[in-house]
Amino acid sequence: MDDIKYKANVDYGTPKSVAEKQVTLNIDGVDISVPEGTSIMHAAQLAGVTVPKLCATDSLEPFGSCRLCLVEIEGRRGYPASCTTSCVEGIKVHTQTPKLADIRRGVMELYISDHPLDCLTCATNGDCELQDMAGAVGLREVRYGYDGENHLSSAKDESNPYFTFDPSKCIVCSRCVRACEETQGTFALTIEGRGFGSKVSAGNKDFLESECVSCGACVQACPTATLIEKTVIEAGVPEHSITTTCAYCGVGCSFNAEMKGEEVVRMTPNKDGGANHGHACVKGRFAWGYATHKDRMIKPMIRKRITDPWQEVSWDEAINYAASEIKRIEAKYGKDAMGGITSSRCTNEEVYVTQKLVRAVFGTNNVDTCARVCHSPTGYGLKQTLGESAGTQTFDSVMKSDVIMIIGANPTDGHPVFASQMKRRLREGAKLIIADPRAIDLVENSPHIRADYHLNLRPGTNVALISALAHVVVTEGMVKEDFVKERCEWGSYVVWRDFVAKPENSPEALEKELGVKADTVRAAARMYATGGNAAIYYGLGVTEHSQGSTMVMGIANLAMATGNLGREGVGVNPLRGQNNVQGSCDMGSMPHEFTGYRHVSDDATRALFEAAWGRPLSSEPGLRIPNMLDLASEGRFKALYCVGEDIAQSDPNTQHVTHALENMECVIVQDLFLNETAMYAHVFFPGASFLEKSGTFTNAERRISPVRRVMTPKNSFEDWEITAKLSKALGYPMRYSHASEIMDEIAALTPTFKGVSFKKIDELGSIQWPCDDENPAGTPTMHVDEFVRGKGKFFITQYVPTTEKVNAKYPLILTTGRILSQYNVGAQTRRTKNVEWHKEDVVEIHPHDAEDRGIHEGDWVGITSRAGETVLRAKITERVQPGVIYTTFHHPESGANVITTDNSDWATNCPEFKVTAVQVTRVNQLSDWQQHYKTFSEAQIAFANKKLSKNTQQPA
Amino acid sequence: MQTEQLIKMANQIGDFFEAEPNQSQAQEDIANHLNRFWTLDMRRQLAAYAKEKNGTGLHQQVISAISTHLKV
Repeated sequence: MDDIKYKANVDYGTPKSVAEKQVTLNIDGVDISVPEGTSIMHAAQLAGVTVPKLCATDSLEPFGSCRLCLVEIEGRRGYPASCTTSCVEGIKVHTQTPKLADIRRGVMELYISDHPLDCLTCATNGDCELQDMAGAVGLREVRYGYDGENHLSSAKDESNPYFTFDPSKCIVCSRCVRACEETQGTFALTIEGRGFGSKVSAGNKDFLESECVSCGACVQACPTATLIEKTVIEAGVPEHSITTTCAYCGVGCSFNAEMKGEEVVRMTPNKDGGANHGHACVKGRFAWGYATHKDRMIKPMIRKRITDPWQEVSWDEAINYAASEIKRIEAKYGKDAMGGITSSRCTNEEVYVTQKLVRAVFGTNNVDTCARVCHSPTGYGLKQTLGESAGTQTFDSVMKSDVIMIIGANPTDGHPVFASQMKRRLREGAKLIIADPRAIDLVENSPHIRADYHLNLRPGTNVALISALAHVVVTEGMVKEDFVKERCEWGSYVVWRDFVAKPENSPEALEKELGVKADTVRAAARMYATGGNAAIYYGLGVTEHSQGSTMVMGIANLAMATGNLGREGVGVNPLRGQNNVQGSCDMGSMPHEFTGYRHVSDDATRALFEAAWGRPLSSEPGLRIPNMLDLASEGRFKALYCVGEDIAQSDPNTQHVTHALENMECVIVQDLFLNETAMYAHVFFPGASFLEKSGTFTNAERRISPVRRVMTPKNSFEDWEITAKLSKALGYPMRYSHASEIMDEIAALTPTFKGVSFKKIDELGSIQWPCDDENPAGTPTMHVDEFVRGKGKFFITQYVPTTEKVNAKYPLILTTGRILSQYNVGAQTRRTKNVEWHKEDVVEIHPHDAEDRGIHEGDWVGITSRAGETVLRAKITERVQPGVIYTTFHHPESGANVITTDNSDWATNCPEFKVTAVQVTRVNQLSDWQQHYKTFSEAQIAFANKKLSKNTQQPA
Repeated sequence: MQTEQLIKMANQIGDFFEAEPNQSQAQEDIANHLNRFWTLDMRRQLAAYAKEKNGTGLHQQVISAISTHLKV
């Protein structure tokens, strides 16, 4: 096995076999040994022999329909298809014989007799497998002519914004249908009809109206121009390709940016990508057009007051103005009145230099990152219990899970590529437990998948649930005591065991609080504890609560008690919302810790950084984002450097955030667009898109992947360069000539990154940290022999109900989430054709609650909370339970966060986005906030569009 | 910061450690949490409030943690 060398960009026709046993055979005179179960087609390609094929591709199981890949095997009769025939010890295979040539030419004649002869003007000319095969089999004539019955006049389906379906070019190889089933798991496509009447169908609908989720797997699998990207039709076949990493969710898919010069023609998922294995979603594959959108800001701007028009200036002027303001504010208010915010949309290198700027140059630890409002409880909870602020597994680990428990996550919408892998495992028979107030698609709306248990708990009762599950495990004797004794602090276990065993933590005692039948909780606990390898996947439905950190610790407790840590198939897996949530936290962007999660009060660590940076550093934790905003509202926090984050849209209690921003004297925003926060800014630095810079992203499985510049930054600089310029203007030159040198510095200062470099990442494709002398190629599974903290520690998880209570005035609970086609605040995806699927945020409401209020589908409804009011259209659905409403926050004018409160997690101040007490009523006009927003944002956009020239106005 | 906000946050921390059977350990853990995650100004403001108002509105364990282990 070890001798087999796979080459990039080669299609081996059928998937790899992972069998241990080897068989040796001879193909066209070449002896080759392969794992048992390998197809002859696959083995032949490994031996350097390409067998003609059309219906086979190595991302799909063999199908055996095209009859091009037939071979002869000595001593056997007939002509077996090499894709569906496995290698057997000692056989001799011939792939090229006169008879095979005749058969293949005959097959190709039939295909071509019903195919348009427009190769020269076809969009895939030069990149078409049908064309290649015609050449490979030596087709020279079509004896049947072209006048017979055919499909050449079939109508094109151009409904999808990103690709076309031209059935006249279809050879009915079923690759698209199989890709939709096997790769994506949506089953939107089928072959309709029989014989000559067979055709690919999206359920008798056009693609846009069908169940299709636009992942593009069918387009990638298509061997002809039947399914093809519209960008390829417009631009032609790409001429070079650069491997980079998607800038959307925490799956961190590897992509090949296929280029013509500096123009992206298409993004194709990288078959060798460790996180995605050649699959993608509608965002990563198609929604990259924002990088060249007309709204991109590419010139720096400054202004004295937010009521002033913007003034477009040179980079030097903008940098110097920002530096002078920072110096002025430091002199007037002190260094603790300043701070910085980084984003999970930044690369590791950008986050690192920003926190370095704040700590070493601003002279304060007031630096925070947007993980504050999503996964900060993960960092805290997993560090406390297991010793490291990170997920424990690879994504591939799920393929060895027997039981999958999803808590507060919606993978098919939020992490679609991983969801496809998870669905594959579920179709193979893994059991599924879902704990979510809402019926996500995986509950029963995904083909061939149905949750064994849906624990549709009341929002805010997670910790009661985890205690109830633990109670069953402990009291019914399902604890893996051997594991606990060997791997965990026994004393902490005993205290925890005695706590969860209390009658008040039983499913029966908590049934009313949870809203879930005790029997169901008991059954789910038994399945998790005794069903084999059990893995927990969780999302913001766990963290964004007043007890978010408690719940994370509760999850770790349960995994430790049942021995579900330290090997493949198990683990505690936070599904990170954005692509670099893990990385931005790793890079020391939290106010209390340096890179690698080392506290600022640790003298040795601080001395290391002081020596490297040549500046004294504070041993005191700095302000978190909500602390900064609270102080700004009080007039005590005056300057903010905000890189890639949009707190005015993404953070809770919008009016509090904007009031805080209005109170600051210098807000510097660095972003691609004039985002919501930038409307309150005094300095705007235009940022670079992920296609315009080099660096790294670290995904939810700790995988550090390359981000590589494929085009010149429209704004002139990569983002780390802008930060370095600001630093220099403040008297502290950062002497990097390339992002790789920043990573070298990170590696030199961070034990878990010791072995990481751009060179090694390029060699290996990606690296999962820790990467050090002991693990030079990285660490796919954590805590294998012992926990990072030594012994795992159990924590008591007392359920403390949220103070955000429903009452007569606010009788419903609002919970928020995401949708597949949009991403976070929507700044990127709203500027792509993804808006076709989600033009506005709507509020989901149960039919009973709607009827009580006289609300009909599509009505405008006012949603009022203790924090504010907004108006959205109603969508009536049983996906939400009575008493609960749900919305998304992808569009700023929706004002979803106008109504969320500043209630937060006890340990980390992560906002409680998932529980807001509200009332809903029919209305006929926008809320006061929305009317104000409309006026304000229109004025701000006008300020940017009508930028004054340098000579017209100077900031005072 | 508004003192009410600090009291609310401190009490949430106190609530988490309330179930800890070793209450002297709980006091140490509460203070340790404040020392590690709150700024010096926030800790000082909380300590000053606890002293001035005799801990009114604060979780009992938080009051004890402030008096015994808080670094200000």
